[in-house]
Amino acid sequence: MGKTISEKILSKASGEDAHAGDFVNAEIGTAMGQDGTTPLTIDAIEDMGGEEVWDSESIVIVMDHTIPSASVGTSSMHKRMRNFASDMGIENIYYGEGICHQIMAEKGHVKPSTVVVGADSHTCTYGALGAFGTGIGSTEMAGVFLSGKLWFKVPETMKFEVSGEIPDRVTAKDLALHITGMIGNDGATYKAVEYAGEPIEEMEVGERMTLCNLAVEMGAKAGLVEADEKVENFLEGRVEGEIELTKNDEDAEFEEVIEIDGEDLEPKIAFPHQVDNVKSISEGEGIDLDQVFVGTCTNGRLRDLRVVAEVLEGHEVDDSVRMLINPASREIYERAMEEGILKTLMEAGCIINNPGCGPCAGSHQGILAPEETCLSTANRNFKGRMGSEESKIYLSSPVTAAVSAIEGEITDPREVDF
Amino acid sequence: MDEIEGNVWEFGDDISTDLIISGKYKFKISDMTKLAEHAMEGADPNFAEKVNEGDIIVAGENFGCGSSREQAPLVLKELGVSAIISKFFARIFYRNAINVGIPVIESEEIPEITDEGDTLRINLEEGKVENMTKGETFDVETLPDFLLKVVEDGGLVGQYRKKGKFQWEE
Repeated sequence: MGKTISEKILSKASGEDAHAGDFVNAEIGTAMGQDGTTPLTIDAIEDMGGEEVWDSESIVIVMDHTIPSASVGTSSMHKRMRNFASDMGIENIYYGEGICHQIMAEKGHVKPSTVVVGADSHTCTYGALGAFGTGIGSTEMAGVFLSGKLWFKVPETMKFEVSGEIPDRVTAKDLALHITGMIGNDGATYKAVEYAGEPIEEMEVGERMTLCNLAVEMGAKAGLVEADEKVENFLEGRVEGEIELTKNDEDAEFEEVIEIDGEDLEPKIAFPHQVDNVKSISEGEGIDLDQVFVGTCTNGRLRDLRVVAEVLEGHEVDDSVRMLINPASREIYERAMEEGILKTLMEAGCIINNPGCGPCAGSHQGILAPEETCLSTANRNFKGRMGSEESKIYLSSPVTAAVSAIEGEITDPREVDF
Repeated sequence: MDEIEGNVWEFGDDISTDLIISGKYKFKISDMTKLAEHAMEGADPNFAEKVNEGDIIVAGENFGCGSSREQAPLVLKELGVSAIISKFFARIFYRNAINVGIPVIESEEIPEITDEGDTLRINLEEGKVENMTKGETFDVETLPDFLLKVVEDGGLVGQYRKKGKFQWEE
């Protein structure tokens, strides 16, 4: 019987002939922790009496959720992480470089065909680079830091086969929201989600990262796109050693194959307070906005900023709106600076924050007051996530966010000429 | 392993880790006792004051969806929650709960017939949950043996301290 990408990667990592439903103990390629989760990992390692990590070069620590720190409590957690890294000889520690998932990709810590675990739910993003990436908790991460291995149940795969041409100003984010709305926030629980078809092949790696990033919002264990030469090109000069790409066997068995006609897609909005509360943009048009946020591991990449700048060029953000931009990494920030994107955004009235998670998780850089409404390019709109329990978060693509910022209300990007 | 007995707090579907413990707190408070004062605040602002040692949470679908934050099961453990029953769990929360020593049980039926304040008795090894208030007993799927052992040892830390290695190294 043929195997899926997940089955093949987990077979290789465990040395077993693994099929969906099997439990395996897999060797971990890279393990990553961020500042919301690593302090508990350090607690667990101390409680376990662990004195050394399995492989300091395969461990990555990223401080991204609240940087620069906004409180003594956070600063103390950061200090503890630095001390831990120093004690354990972990040199891959990043502060101010950007969001963990973007850093993992850019700095070559994600190698195709390996199992990568992160103490962050959006670790599923690495499927866009041909790796089996999945999120775990802090105590399990302590186990991985000490042993370099972890148990997994090999997932079934749900495949979304997209055909046709996706219309202008309809993006990877809209496709991912469309699917999330279709199958629900539990539609892929315990499973892997794979995106395939010509429009996906045409997407650049960054757009595929957006797709895979949203997989966990469907409950999935991993998001996947079959890796190709675009992945090889992206990783060239970043990943050391030979790159091996894993493809599905021709007779691989999928739990389900769902066909989507790209031509039917339209801009989508996830309404409060759930990511699967997805509606057509027409139902959101006219909703007044107090804040627009472009950034995150979902949509803070160069292409996203470029699209937003193209829309905002020669226009101004509405007076009623605070528009916040957090580039996903220092590399993106620099390139956006070189391309003049940041200047355009500044002139349009945007506030440009440092690379990092920004206000996405509600810890700093743009907290919402009661009754305020934010349109965000992030992946979560849970009640109270960005501030007050009485605030509202809507999710959209960057282009929808940009046109809406100019109008001061949710606006269909296909119906305006900027 | 001893049977678990406790009173029920009921919750609905899709209780996210943001509702269980908000990012507003967890990024700056590392003292679990203080953090636990905000447990379930997004779903029931007074939960931390009301809940008693040994109580059991019974929820609808997809309990613990959202982020990987282990603070979510930890604050519930800190407050003495002895088990969580849900129609099904978000996968990271499911693993996290076991790893910090909270038994998790999936059941379609139990959340349907259970009311807040009911008393449940759980036998994890036999896969039985008795609603003592209503006088009904349910068969539930048991955890795989290797995970039941983690729960018995009080979580992954307890297991490692006891054995000096992880079960996936055996």
